[in-house]
Amino acid sequence: MKRKSIVLTLLLALLVASFAFGAGTKEDAAKEVYFLNFKPEIASVYEDKVAPAFEAETGIKLKVVTAASGTYAATLKSELAKSNPPTIFQTNGPVGLAGSLNYVSDLKNTQFYKILSDKSMALTKDGQVLSIPYAVEGYGLIYNDAIMRAYFALPNKAVSIKSAEEITSFALLKAVVEDMTRNKTRLGINGVFASTSMAPGNDWRWQTHLVNVPIAYEFRDKGIETGIETDDFAFTYANEMKQLWDLYLDNSTTARGLLGSKSVDDAMAEFALGQAAIVQNGNWGAAQILGVQGNKVAENDIKFMPIYIGVKGEEHDGLNVGTENYLCINSQVSAEKRDLADQFLTWLFSSDTGKAIVKNDLMFITPFNTFKDHELPSDPLAKEVIRWMNKDGVTSMPWAFSVIPSGQWKTDFGADLGEYINGKMSWNDVAKRAVASWKVEYDLAH
Amino acid sequence: MDKTLRRWAPLFVLPALICFFIAFLVPMIMGLVLSFFKFSTVTDGVFVGWSNYKRIFTDMDFIRSLWMNVRFTIVTVIMINVLAFFLALLLTQGVKGTNIYRTIFFMPNLIGGIVLGWIWLLIINGILLPKNATIITDPKYGFWGLVALANWQNIGYMMVIYIAGIQTINKDLIEAAQIDGANAWIRLKSVILPSVMPAITICSFLTLTSGFKLFDQNLALTAGNPARKTEMLALNIYNTFYTRTNFEGVGQAKAVLFTILVAIIALTQLALTRQKEVEV
Repeated sequence: MKRKSIVLTLLLALLVASFAFGAGTKEDAAKEVYFLNFKPEIASVYEDKVAPAFEAETGIKLKVVTAASGTYAATLKSELAKSNPPTIFQTNGPVGLAGSLNYVSDLKNTQFYKILSDKSMALTKDGQVLSIPYAVEGYGLIYNDAIMRAYFALPNKAVSIKSAEEITSFALLKAVVEDMTRNKTRLGINGVFASTSMAPGNDWRWQTHLVNVPIAYEFRDKGIETGIETDDFAFTYANEMKQLWDLYLDNSTTARGLLGSKSVDDAMAEFALGQAAIVQNGNWGAAQILGVQGNKVAENDIKFMPIYIGVKGEEHDGLNVGTENYLCINSQVSAEKRDLADQFLTWLFSSDTGKAIVKNDLMFITPFNTFKDHELPSDPLAKEVIRWMNKDGVTSMPWAFSVIPSGQWKTDFGADLGEYINGKMSWNDVAKRAVASWKVEYDLAH
Repeated sequence: MDKTLRRWAPLFVLPALICFFIAFLVPMIMGLVLSFFKFSTVTDGVFVGWSNYKRIFTDMDFIRSLWMNVRFTIVTVIMINVLAFFLALLLTQGVKGTNIYRTIFFMPNLIGGIVLGWIWLLIINGILLPKNATIITDPKYGFWGLVALANWQNIGYMMVIYIAGIQTINKDLIEAAQIDGANAWIRLKSVILPSVMPAITICSFLTLTSGFKLFDQNLALTAGNPARKTEMLALNIYNTFYTRTNFEGVGQAKAVLFTILVAIIALTQLALTRQKEVEV
């Protein structure tokens, strides 16, 4: 009797198990592209516009999964380990790519690679094309021209220049900003710069974007090309960065001690509500500024100027333009699926329907030769990025930060910047630790 | 009846067994195995022997988190248990509204860690506002913030366990002590405390292990800031796993070490407090 019941139990277990595991294998019947999206802010565009349009035109399904903000690495790791892994995923540059080398395929023969205008922008290794950028972004100092015009119209202004356009160096920026602070009640602002957000997870504007400027200058002096990993970092422009960092902190809407509670959203809201005149951020912030409730900034008053830190000849340098948005196609899925992925990406960036969505809804400035001038996005900051890229006598600053050796370096540097704000660490130590940590992290990764 | 029960028992145990297997045993074994591998996804790795364990000590972060965690646990275990015990004493005296107080004290325990973290972040930043500071200005703010949060969350729960313990004490015993001339302090020390020793064992075990395992509260309240000085072990492991390329295995090795450490501490504590339990 007893034996019988055990047999019965095992049979039942088998039945349950076969149900559980059987369910996963049927999905492949339909043609499907699985895209693991990086940008939560445009997830709905992929789901509501891109996927239906793609299916209507080609009959291929698009499955879009979006990782919550700040969890892409974690989501990617777990999704890649599943039996139905993503076909298309994103990487943030050479360092991110190093973490997924077993999962990237050679894109040299894809249609998608053929439409990339500047082939040198793709990430390569040993002659293989592993990752292709799909959006170019630019950041700098976003300013509210209405407040600037009000300042330059003041009878008692202390500078001789007449508009924000004429600010082309750190010295001029400092003169204007400090004079604006003296007149802040008349200008109706709480501070010139929006809060230097230092809340946990909100310091990337400094530990990645701001520090890019001194890194880029140093690499340019040393002749290190963008995207080449190096342990040769001496932070030669540390003092220049300090000048601007102090300017941010001394002319801010928020007292130093309280910055630890401010987020990027807070800073963008201050700018949108006209409480601050300048905020350091990128063109992706346009929608955020215009979307703030009670927004007081007119669309055509949102302008960009480059980040000046006081390096000789900086009047010839433009916005920080580059990309952290690269796509890879998973090498561990079938060749057929990889072809479908190629078909999807080519469709999105070269068909008329796809391009219209990219321009109007995704708002990417793309690096593909399929886009003509009138097909570029038209939000105020994207237009400014394009204007700066094409400005005579000005070269864009590259995104040198893509070779920062690890996320740990950024975390530690951001923490040290916070300690400096709180008066617990001297700038000398901040700089020294950044150099030492770069070496350590580089060695750990290689 | 008994026979039927025995015959069908395996069938009824099965669902729980399958869940235990899938959600606990398999991940645990995989985790142990993976700590000897270099990997980026859990299904694909290269065997590297003990190298992950050696790399734990490439920086002092792990030791620092451990030290922070030990201090936090000592403070919270003592505070939570003492306060919970006295609340329990107070609420077994037949005060009016006892049930309402019990419910109110228990309620914080029903809120999830992340939400609690956010609530306390607002409260503490609000308190520090006049000082022109925030919780991440100074690690001691973060430390005591975490202690306050842990107290608020756990005292109610431990209180319930202590109440149950106190209620099982035979009234005659206390009365007899009173007649023999024992004052309140002696009654507490020599009658009540030895009688609730099982509850003390459980509560100190729970607070001790939860002190070491604290993660979401740590993440939401300070995220380890400033400069990782309020980062405790679980958060340190998480950060190791995700912020450096090729450090997934090291994070895994830390997790294994962490498990062993917590197990040793908890078992020692259990053995020590068990000794003091009395048979009535």
